[in-house]
Amino acid sequence: MKRRNVLVGLGALLAGGCSKLAETKPVAALLDGTDKWNRTVQNLLGRRTALAREFGKADISPEFRGNGTMLPTGDEYAAHLASAFADWRLAVTGLVERPLSLSLADLKALPQRTQITRHDCVEGWSAIGQWTGPQLKQILAMARLRPEARYVVFHCADRYGADAYYESVDLVDAFHPQTIVAHALNGEPLPVKNGAPLRMRIERQLGYKHAKYLTGIEAVSNLDNVRGGKGGYWEDTTGYAWYAGI
Amino acid sequence: MRRKHALPTRLWHWMNFACLVVLFMSGLNISNAHPRLYWGQWGFQPRQAWLFVAQFPGWITIPSHYSLATARQWHMLFAWFFAVSLIAFVIVSLFNRHVWRDIVPARREWRWSAIRTDVVKHLKLDFEHPGLKFNFLQKVSYGGVIFVLLPLMILTGMAMSPGMDAIWPWLVDVFGGRQSARSIHFICAWALVGFFIVHIVLVLLSGPVGQIRDMITGGRDEAA
Repeated sequence: MKRRNVLVGLGALLAGGCSKLAETKPVAALLDGTDKWNRTVQNLLGRRTALAREFGKADISPEFRGNGTMLPTGDEYAAHLASAFADWRLAVTGLVERPLSLSLADLKALPQRTQITRHDCVEGWSAIGQWTGPQLKQILAMARLRPEARYVVFHCADRYGADAYYESVDLVDAFHPQTIVAHALNGEPLPVKNGAPLRMRIERQLGYKHAKYLTGIEAVSNLDNVRGGKGGYWEDTTGYAWYAGI
Repeated sequence: MRRKHALPTRLWHWMNFACLVVLFMSGLNISNAHPRLYWGQWGFQPRQAWLFVAQFPGWITIPSHYSLATARQWHMLFAWFFAVSLIAFVIVSLFNRHVWRDIVPARREWRWSAIRTDVVKHLKLDFEHPGLKFNFLQKVSYGGVIFVLLPLMILTGMAMSPGMDAIWPWLVDVFGGRQSARSIHFICAWALVGFFIVHIVLVLLSGPVGQIRDMITGGRDEAA
């Protein structure tokens, strides 16, 4: 009993100590720096060209779990849902020569890519689904990215309190062949819990990068001036790593 | 007879201990995010789970409150310290002959009669083994930890990374899928806890002050 108390005390001391330590500047910088280091190492090992594993139809999970927002709140989304997203627009803005406003029909008229991939949530679970949609690189080519653009920001219709969800990727992922704007899951229009009518697929990163309920794509030169400056809703609010390839 | 712990061994031992403590405690916080384990490539439904894991209390997790984001930061940072120091230790120990001289059991030690003698000696709490740095059970358990469990922690950890899975798809195949890799990661972590407990008990039973002192200062070589 006594030894257990000592153990509990030591554990609590270490856990508490680490929490305090994490708030100091050098340790916070070190913890944040791991993110960049992981990206650099994966870039060196071949991230620029590597493709995520694609599976066969038999591997598809019988159900695809929804997580985070399961149904965006507000009258606007409800109205879109009622009209089967007939008036949904995807805005392409920022550092582009030709800003666009695309309907679902416009997106479906582009060449499509279909891929069966594994979705890995930061929490630890995985699901396999088949996604269909145009490649982001085609859309960026249509909008003509300006040379100073370095990142692509995804704006979303779902809100956490007052904040709309958003995410971002670098140009390695933006131009990756498997990065698509998906409108279909397993051959059907996207279910609401999985991001209807549009969601990003960033296949080599964790689930929170795959922005759902997509309304806008914005090209930027850096992330400092985008909202909290860390490149994504969870990155800004809880400290998730921006590079979610780990 | 050389019995001293070499400096690289001592440095790694304590560095590795610190890393494993932080990795284990932050790992328990990460486990709390989705406390179910599955086999195969995918899994999220309770009915697929082979194990429902307990929720770990704050006194044993890093940080002491539930925070997947912060726990992952600690875990990834110490994973680097852990992996780099393990690789450095193994390379140095191959060159300074620690592995060949002290860890790899000689052929005669694999004989059933020799193993039985060693087990009986342990049961009698007789830890004398003159002329050898480690006895057979020590060699097998240290070797198992250094060359099996610790590398498995690194490899299964890497197999859970979606980025690594794209770069090295064979890695996730070796373990039979990402969820299997996650399960093996968890099993190996608890196997290391098991090793840790036995290790501490045996240190306590075999003169803890001298053992800990020797792992800090190196100790003395045995006279011829």
